[in-house]
Amino acid sequence: MMGEEFVPLSLTPLLIGICAAVACALPGNFLLLRRQALIGDAISHVVLPGIVVAFLFTGLIAAWPMMLGAAAAALVAVVLIELIRRLGRIEPGAAMGVVFTTMFAGGVLLLEQTDTSSVHLDVEHALYGNLESLIWLDAVGWQSLLDVDALRHLPPELPRMAFTLVGVLLFIGVFWRPLMISTFDESFARTLGVRTTMLGLALVVVSAIAAVAAFDAVGSIIVIAMFICPPAAARMMTNRLEGQVLWSVAFAIVSAIFGYVLAGYGPLWVGAADAVSAAGMIATVSGVLLAIAAVFGPCRHRAGSPAGV
Amino acid sequence: MLLDALLLQLGYNASLVAIGATLLGASAGITGTFLFLRKRALVSDAISHATLPGVGVAFLIMVAFGGDGRNLIGLLIGSAVSAGIGLWCLNWLTRNTRLAEDAAIGAVLSVFFGFGVVILTVIQSLGVGRQAGLEGFLLGSTAGMLWNDALIIAAGGAATLLVILLMRRPMTLVAFDPEYASARGISVSQIDMLMMALVMAVTVVGLKVVGLILIVALLIIPPVTARFWTERSDLVVVFAGIAGALAAFIGAALSASAPNLPTGPIIVLVSFALFALSLLFAPNRGVLAAVMRHVRFQRQVHLRQGLLALAQGQVIYEPLTLRLLRRHGLLRADGVATETGVARAAKALRDEHRWALVRADQSLEATAALYDGLREIETVLTDDQIRDLDRRIGTPREVLA
Repeated sequence: MMGEEFVPLSLTPLLIGICAAVACALPGNFLLLRRQALIGDAISHVVLPGIVVAFLFTGLIAAWPMMLGAAAAALVAVVLIELIRRLGRIEPGAAMGVVFTTMFAGGVLLLEQTDTSSVHLDVEHALYGNLESLIWLDAVGWQSLLDVDALRHLPPELPRMAFTLVGVLLFIGVFWRPLMISTFDESFARTLGVRTTMLGLALVVVSAIAAVAAFDAVGSIIVIAMFICPPAAARMMTNRLEGQVLWSVAFAIVSAIFGYVLAGYGPLWVGAADAVSAAGMIATVSGVLLAIAAVFGPCRHRAGSPAGV
Repeated sequence: MLLDALLLQLGYNASLVAIGATLLGASAGITGTFLFLRKRALVSDAISHATLPGVGVAFLIMVAFGGDGRNLIGLLIGSAVSAGIGLWCLNWLTRNTRLAEDAAIGAVLSVFFGFGVVILTVIQSLGVGRQAGLEGFLLGSTAGMLWNDALIIAAGGAATLLVILLMRRPMTLVAFDPEYASARGISVSQIDMLMMALVMAVTVVGLKVVGLILIVALLIIPPVTARFWTERSDLVVVFAGIAGALAAFIGAALSASAPNLPTGPIIVLVSFALFALSLLFAPNRGVLAAVMRHVRFQRQVHLRQGLLALAQGQVIYEPLTLRLLRRHGLLRADGVATETGVARAAKALRDEHRWALVRADQSLEATAALYDGLREIETVLTDDQIRDLDRRIGTPREVLA
């Protein structure tokens, strides 16, 4: 698998998968601890209508309008959830369920109504992405990494995903202390002068950006696995936030690599001819990791519950 | 065209879909109510996504044994099994690890869905059977619905309704007060399990009609809609059933009346429309009712304060207060109080004094707690008590020079 075809066919999807997994897992840690894990669920469902509306407005499958549309949809969803929760005095889970199913249904309807047969935009693609198609045709081998001409024809998803990852890293790095304090003790953070509402919203926005960027590669539902599974598995390994974040990054990278390799080469090992969905496999591997951590992790029990139960 | 659809005049198949969807909507709404009251609405999201691998595996097994692979009952059994496994994982994660329920929901939902996608791609690459129908389970497809399929859906819907009818008492009790229920000798965990089994049944039956991503909407939106209209749990259940059935029926009819209107999304959108109408216009809990309540309260406060100001000879500048006083004929255009105005102002001031005495009196403590600056004192004290207070205040006296 390290042969000639590795660089053009596998290197870029692999890198994109890793970047997407890490970019989602980082904010996922905080969402998990703040009991907002399902925000990722809601955001990833509403990405679809956002992209469809952006397509209807611009009429082209271009990266930026779609990213903007999806981000706008995510914001609309967050605002709507909050509005319905307050106006209707409904519990947040139900409010979330109302909003994201409705927006998703709207997206599907719009997609069916418009003639998108000529362009590459369909529901299945939006749901489970197409990591395998992000190949780097101009590469001929490892030496292409130094070839400026070939580098210019990298799939645009790779730099975009890398930028997103850097942005997420910056956000987490710069706001590490306020994020940590407001996650564990919101009132204490407020007494220190942290604007917790703004910070919470910023966290949601950053998650939305990560989800939208990853959506392209892995589809809208598998993104949820990247938000939740690595942090959840990391939560079983340690009681310290720093440790948890590092563990989650490790789990994210491992699931991305193993998932991609298993999907691309696993079927060949058992004699089948075609690869299976890489995104689906990444989600599966992250689930397996979570299962292992949940059974063997040193910190898997709730604090205060008796050991060995 | 739409009218034809609503009256079941669009032919055999469309009518079949409409009737099946209506039954499904009713049972989903009713089942979802218990989930909603128990504050576990999103558990249904995990259950529905967890059906996907089951559908794929069931298809593979049926093909391996030389079958067609599209047998609906077989696929539904497969989806039920994998939804059950998903539910078990969810419960295990929340019970035995430190993960909160929302994280467990997200993990189960996404991992099972991802695994399901892997199996779907396996089926595609094997190229066996007629796999074209499997994508229909994602978003539902009613176009090719057969008599047998409709029968299964109708029977499933009817069965869940029957179970709920039999078990409604303990289920309501557990939904509202699990501790009290277990003190009464009801096994909360068994009732919870029954509730989840019902949700699973509705999900599995609904897969074909609305698809696994949107079935959640049928379980969540109607109960939330119904909650706006009543405070009684038995009525919430009935209303949710009606809302679900109505949305499903209108949605199915709409989708049959024009091309390119997929049934599942249309049903969800109709359901949301009902929800939005309820949110805005429901009596008491609706937004409009709340706004009207607020305006009425605001006017009462302004009128009262205006009268007190008149009685004490203070100048009123507040425009709303002035407008209200004029409209009620208490104040002339030049700012001088009319005769009724003077009378009512005097009454308001006297009431304030009466209240002040009530609040100073230990023996009237319970009454004093009702004071909010607006309540008429006649509504809380008897004539005798008021006369007694007036004696303590005394009659108007002359002004000493």
